[in-house]
Amino acid sequence: MKYLIKGGRVVDPSGKIDEILDVLVSHGKILDVGQSIHIKDAEVIDVSGMIVAPGFIDMHVHLREPGREDEETVLTGTRAAAKGGFATVVCMPNTDPALDNVERLIGLKNIILKDAIVNVLPAGAITVGRFGKELTDIKAMVKEGIVAISDDGSSVEDAELMLKALKNAKVSGVAVIDHCEDTALSNKGVINKGFISTKMGLRGISRESEWKRIERDITLAEKAGAKIHIAHVSCKESVDVIRAAKARGVLVTAETAPHYFALTDECCATYDTNTKINPPLRSPEDVAAIKKALADGTIDVIASDHAPHTDSEKDVEFDFAPFGKIGLESSLGVSISELIEKKVLTWPKLVEKFALNPARILALKSGMLKKGSPADITIINPKREYTITKETLESKSRNSPFIGWKLTGKAVHLFVSGKPVMLDEKIL
Amino acid sequence: MPSVAAKIAWTKKDLLGLENLSKEEIDLILYTAESFKEVTTRRVKKVPALRGKTVVNLFYEPSTRTRTSFELAAKRLSADVVNIEIEASSVKKGETLIDTGRNIEALKIDIIVVRHNCSGAPNILARSVKSSVVNAGDGWHEHPTQALLDMFTLKSKLGRLEGLNVSIIGDIAHSRVARSNIWGLTKFGAKVTVCAPKMLIPEGIEKMGVKVTSDINEALTGADAINVLRMQFERDAGGAFPTRMEYFKQYGITKERLARCKPDIVVMHPGPINRGIEMSSDVADGKNSVILEQVTNGIAVRMAVLYLVGLVKEGAR
Amino acid sequence: MNLKEKAKILDELAIDKTLERIAHEIIEKTPPGTETVVVGIKSRGAHLGERLADKIKAISGSRPPVGALDITLYRDDLTRASEQPVVHATEIDFDIDGKRIILVDDVLFTGRTIRCALDALIDFGRPAEIQLAVLVDRGHRELPIRADYVGKNIPTSTGETVEVRLKESEGKDEVVICEKVK
Repeated sequence: MKYLIKGGRVVDPSGKIDEILDVLVSHGKILDVGQSIHIKDAEVIDVSGMIVAPGFIDMHVHLREPGREDEETVLTGTRAAAKGGFATVVCMPNTDPALDNVERLIGLKNIILKDAIVNVLPAGAITVGRFGKELTDIKAMVKEGIVAISDDGSSVEDAELMLKALKNAKVSGVAVIDHCEDTALSNKGVINKGFISTKMGLRGISRESEWKRIERDITLAEKAGAKIHIAHVSCKESVDVIRAAKARGVLVTAETAPHYFALTDECCATYDTNTKINPPLRSPEDVAAIKKALADGTIDVIASDHAPHTDSEKDVEFDFAPFGKIGLESSLGVSISELIEKKVLTWPKLVEKFALNPARILALKSGMLKKGSPADITIINPKREYTITKETLESKSRNSPFIGWKLTGKAVHLFVSGKPVMLDEKIL
Repeated sequence: MPSVAAKIAWTKKDLLGLENLSKEEIDLILYTAESFKEVTTRRVKKVPALRGKTVVNLFYEPSTRTRTSFELAAKRLSADVVNIEIEASSVKKGETLIDTGRNIEALKIDIIVVRHNCSGAPNILARSVKSSVVNAGDGWHEHPTQALLDMFTLKSKLGRLEGLNVSIIGDIAHSRVARSNIWGLTKFGAKVTVCAPKMLIPEGIEKMGVKVTSDINEALTGADAINVLRMQFERDAGGAFPTRMEYFKQYGITKERLARCKPDIVVMHPGPINRGIEMSSDVADGKNSVILEQVTNGIAVRMAVLYLVGLVKEGAR
Repeated sequence: MNLKEKAKILDELAIDKTLERIAHEIIEKTPPGTETVVVGIKSRGAHLGERLADKIKAISGSRPPVGALDITLYRDDLTRASEQPVVHATEIDFDIDGKRIILVDDVLFTGRTIRCALDALIDFGRPAEIQLAVLVDRGHRELPIRADYVGKNIPTSTGETVEVRLKESEGKDEVVICEKVK
């Protein structure tokens, strides 16, 4: 089946392309990209006025299956991803049981084969059980298809072990997605440490707990000569550490999530547990620093850190609620409203953060609209106004502080491997 | 004692803290409390204002004093009272706070007075139930009725709140009494100083409009009133915490220290007092101490609070 | 709800003469050996109570103690104003046990306010006797309550109200009938 995606503004930073072009899709691949393509036997999809980009990749998602299917499953999570305009997601290994060996990886792959409606690329755990004591068999898992390793949810406290993991990852050629948190410094906190935590009488999470661990792990990566990717950067000190490391040539990349450039800890004032996130929402100065870091390339990727939790889990005292918010269905809209509308990023730069850079970091063939690339295509109506509501979410969980937000810009069509997965905002 | 005629009506179904109350609303509570103080001096210390209404004391932290005070306040308003004490150990295993709240609501309870060790618990409860929720102390966050009775006591002793120099001394970082007092007093134009060892001064507290010091002499010089907080050695504060002896030496309110203050300085304490740690016995029992008056005023203030939230019409909930 | 003035029933002079007459009646009916006290229902009843006490002093030579009663905490649903009633302090700083209380209010209407006042007084102590003095009785009783001393009987319809205005609170003395208009 051939598809002609006609008349859209094709934004493909890999080829520095930003113009009105047609895209021809056939047999799962991009067949051609050019002006006024004429072809008889293709289904035509008119996308005039829309942005046509390489399929977006969310490289930080929690799908919860196996173990917490009440929060989310591969099926519901990938539906949420599709709705949000993502052709590919990387799922984190903090499932129950943790994804820390080949057998479990095969189990997950079977579920993905059966249920996933977009590409799901698993990350494997760095340590067995994510307990931080013993390394997993990284080589074997890479062979079986993981695209990254991560103990996300936790940091590897033992520096020696982390160094070993980085060396291992280098040899196996797999990305390391690093959740940086020094738990001795985060001190069982539940919210950013500052005036808001003082006012609210809540234990605070210091900035040191994040940036000091980032500093440590960048040093370890330098030592190992390995690449390292810093997950969910939230504060300005972290940005400064990463910027300095990049300047001296360290192979470090970084991601942030939309809530770190759209919200501050002031949003927590009503004790809404949907604002309880780790790392926590920070101050207006940090929001400004994150935006600057996105603009100057210090932060390479926007990833949602989609972390579903059920209502009954979240509907408790702030101290007891689990950390996290869903993000797949709000990530793009919030990013457009905060970054494009506010002129922090141009469309080509935004597409870098959502597609090109994740693809490069994970060594994927996607992220581009070149001839022969996999036909993962995200088509966005940049003027579409909508409100996020509980009823319209595809995710099984509803834990989002963005519910009720009016946003501008939404993914309307999505192609995964040359097949339409979503047309006119409806999942097929 | 001169009373200000209240100019506004009370419209909030809950009392969760003083941060989000206007000066006029606080004034209304204090004004109403005066009438209730008069009631407590009568032979029949009861009025039928909340007759037929039910008040539940839902206490997740044990507290005989505050609970008794609320219980008496409710009974003197002719309300029926039920006390529920939840064991700390059963919280995580048992019913969630919201489920407990909804079960209480199903019993057609009008007012839930809640004390909890998690900051923000009353806020979450208030959102989930139609009953009125009164915060009797949540974690480190607020203890509005304590601050109100402190302010009521100050006003009755010194005639005003505006321009008063009030020093709050003790573990500020973990004190809900401190936070509520700061909100209340600053709204009335009092000049508040907080005094504590450095590790017990929370980040950014000066943004609440207070002066910060770790020097007891600075806190006492020129103070019209001091509010001495209970030092909790059983709380997990981490770091180099002073010992009981060290604390008393550096911050204890003694007769000698008091002698260097204004002669009419008002000495307050939320109770229970650790004699020989926050203050010496002769200060606690001395002529400047209004600690027992605070207890008496507590009933009047709590009657005022229960009366005001109890009367908010069903439709407003 | 707006009120339109219909007619003036009493002016300043008439009010004064009425109070004078009531004071004489109170003194006349005093049982021998009883101590009389005056308790006015806040706020206008309290002002009238003070005036009655002055008049009693002018006639008999001794002024009875005067107290002011706030009945807000004793109201039932039907006497509650639509806005939340503000509680003002009651000021009765004498013992009422064994005394004859002259309870004073401006207008007697349904009788519910007086019932509240009786409940409040009983909570204060055990008076020997309670008598009621009102400036105006406008009829339409809903409870078996009657006044012992009435300034003026003014028959009214339910669409009307009787407004008592006093120098102490409204700046002038007059009693007018008003009509409720939308």
